[in-house]
Amino acid sequence: MKAKHQRLVLIALALAALVGAGLLAAYALRNQASYFYLPEQMAANPPEPGQAVRLGGMVEPGSLETLPDGVTVTFAVTGREDSRIPVRFAGILPDLFVEGSGVVAEGRLGADGTFVADNLLAKHDENYVPRELEGMSEHQAAEMAEETTVGLE
Amino acid sequence: MHGFANPKRFLGLARWLTPLLLALGLLLTGIALFWGMTSVPPDRLMGETVRILFIHVPTAWLGMGGWSAIAISSLVFLVWRHPLAAIAARAAAVPGMVFTVICLVTGSIWGRPTWGTWWVWDGRLTSMLVLAFLYMAYIALAQAADREGVSARIPAIFGLLGAINIPIINRSVVWWNSLHQPPSITMGKSAIDGVFLQPLLLAVLGFSLIFGGVVLARMRALLADIQAEARLRRRAMEAD
Repeated sequence: MKAKHQRLVLIALALAALVGAGLLAAYALRNQASYFYLPEQMAANPPEPGQAVRLGGMVEPGSLETLPDGVTVTFAVTGREDSRIPVRFAGILPDLFVEGSGVVAEGRLGADGTFVADNLLAKHDENYVPRELEGMSEHQAAEMAEETTVGLE
Repeated sequence: MHGFANPKRFLGLARWLTPLLLALGLLLTGIALFWGMTSVPPDRLMGETVRILFIHVPTAWLGMGGWSAIAISSLVFLVWRHPLAAIAARAAAVPGMVFTVICLVTGSIWGRPTWGTWWVWDGRLTSMLVLAFLYMAYIALAQAADREGVSARIPAIFGLLGAINIPIINRSVVWWNSLHQPPSITMGKSAIDGVFLQPLLLAVLGFSLIFGGVVLARMRALLADIQAEARLRRRAMEAD
């Protein structure tokens, strides 16, 4: 075996070990490295009451209500599965906070199962759509999207 | 490939390719940014902030691409001992770091109005910050190896080790819940509407050409440094 091939094999082995270690670390970190709990994760495995955590998901359409004091709002956060966590927040809502959109709430889970948020972050999804397309019916938008993405697939 | 590993032939090629790439890259980037700033409609939710996309996404990709180039060049250098590969790796480090920092800064500016925060420690943002630090460490290490006469193999090994961060950045939004959105553009599919996508792809092309031009210019400068040093050494020997 030439020295060149020896080096190649050695580096290939070292890289395989490195990637393996990286994957194991990423797998071990899968809970700790997550930025927030999904509602189903929080329901299945609730954090200690009073522990500072984050809750992320969709703002359930039709659940947003402003309490009589004018600054406190309540809404429900839903996840991928059939789960919802009620949230209470007093303060100024971010501009992008709307029903049916993503949100990350920082706060604590109360004893009654309501999440009390100190801060809200709006989560943007991966879709970028100009305002002109917004009011369109789904059929029209799909047609237009098809026209504008020709050649990509 | 062995043909271009010859520094003489490489210099002959780089002499005219460098200004060509830089000029074409600046032109295309200028067109893409002008297009993105003036004739693209605002996004349905983000409004005018969407225009940061045209700088943020190309610089993010090239920040990661820069380290991929370092890793591949380092591998070629370690296995085949091509001296030009070590020079290519060193040349990619500074533009890679600059693009990574631009990506972090523009992302932060975008995050304030969109998310409501300048910075969060989620998987994507943290791993991208780690990439910027890796670049700084690599540049310091390569310079030290150059000055102290330490083997160029040490920065090359570091370049290979650091490559583990690239798939982590790429997968961070898929593996872990993160505030950063999942990828909009995946193989053959895009969740970005055509009006945004076209100037974006043009900007990616323009920034890539600039990146290539800067790498070639840096390689020429590093080669000139080596030549000058060798000439000085020869002259000192003759004077003895």
